[in-house]
Amino acid sequence: MEFDSTRPIYLQIIDVIKKQIIRGELKPGDKVLSQRDFAEKIRVNPNTVQRAYKEMESMSILETIRGQGTFICNRPEMLKEIKAEMANEILTTFISDMRSLGFETDEIRDIVNSSLKGE
Amino acid sequence: MIEFKNVTKTYGSIKALDGFTTKIEDGKIVGLLGPNGTGKSTSLKIAAGLSKPDFGSVEINGAEPSKETKAQVAFLPEIDHLYPWMTIRRCADFISAFYADWDWDKYKELVEFLGLNPSTVIGKISKGMRAKAKLLFTFSRNAPIVLLDEPLSGIDVLVREKIIQTIVRDYGKGGQTIVISTHEISEIEPLIEYVIFLEDGKIKLEGNVEDLRFKYKRSLVDIMKEVYGR
Repeated sequence: MEFDSTRPIYLQIIDVIKKQIIRGELKPGDKVLSQRDFAEKIRVNPNTVQRAYKEMESMSILETIRGQGTFICNRPEMLKEIKAEMANEILTTFISDMRSLGFETDEIRDIVNSSLKGE
Repeated sequence: MIEFKNVTKTYGSIKALDGFTTKIEDGKIVGLLGPNGTGKSTSLKIAAGLSKPDFGSVEINGAEPSKETKAQVAFLPEIDHLYPWMTIRRCADFISAFYADWDWDKYKELVEFLGLNPSTVIGKISKGMRAKAKLLFTFSRNAPIVLLDEPLSGIDVLVREKIIQTIVRDYGKGGQTIVISTHEISEIEPLIEYVIFLEDGKIKLEGNVEDLRFKYKRSLVDIMKEVYGR
């Protein structure tokens, strides 16, 4: 796993899991690797993985069942939530980057529209 | 906890450590980073009880380095310290005699994980294999404190990955205190929780890795370039 050097690693781990859920590589109810095995696989400090898992449990993305392991939560609305959240993050960065270049709201809208048409 | 208090050590006219003061907390993986000759190895040797400070002191859980603290510390030196004529198994027999915390089950599991053959003669194996063997002997003990001096230097990338995996694996099981000195910063960056940058025997910068990355908005490698101005 390659990490972006400017962001905390535990957040990047959360993003990786979210993307896997969006792409359908991880489905609701799937068992995920234990914290230890995951840390070993991606060669990251186990405490960092623990923090990511904890965070995802509080976001109701993961749930740990004692004696059985950690699973992707089985919530029907989860996929929609995660998608909306990630789209929001991308948009926020995009808009602030465009604004820092001096683009006005209408100009941003036009650029997005014309690039969508050109797809 | 390992505590360095104002440690100074000179070799001839060279000051290896110059008033080095820090606390290494229990249960953390700590990176000791910096260019050559900045005192990384010297500080590990002193903590391992293999060298004594000229001034200042080091305490391992409140006690000065001694026979008792050595029983709690597993040290992997940078130099080749193993007898070349011994086989890996013979060497394990030899080292196990010194340490009460030697764990043969762990040894067997690690031999397999690292892909080593116990009957090979140490003098006849490649550099990468020797690095793995040194790691095997260090982690076959159940020591609460592990000091690794340049465990990755001069080793190809696949072996480096395996070594890092071994460290993560063992730490995941026991949560020991692990101190790693290295140049290979980019590879151990995701592994270490706390970092100490040394320069001329003193601390140049230290802190929690995620906090530093957040504060500087860049990787440890880039922070290091900035810290050392090169």
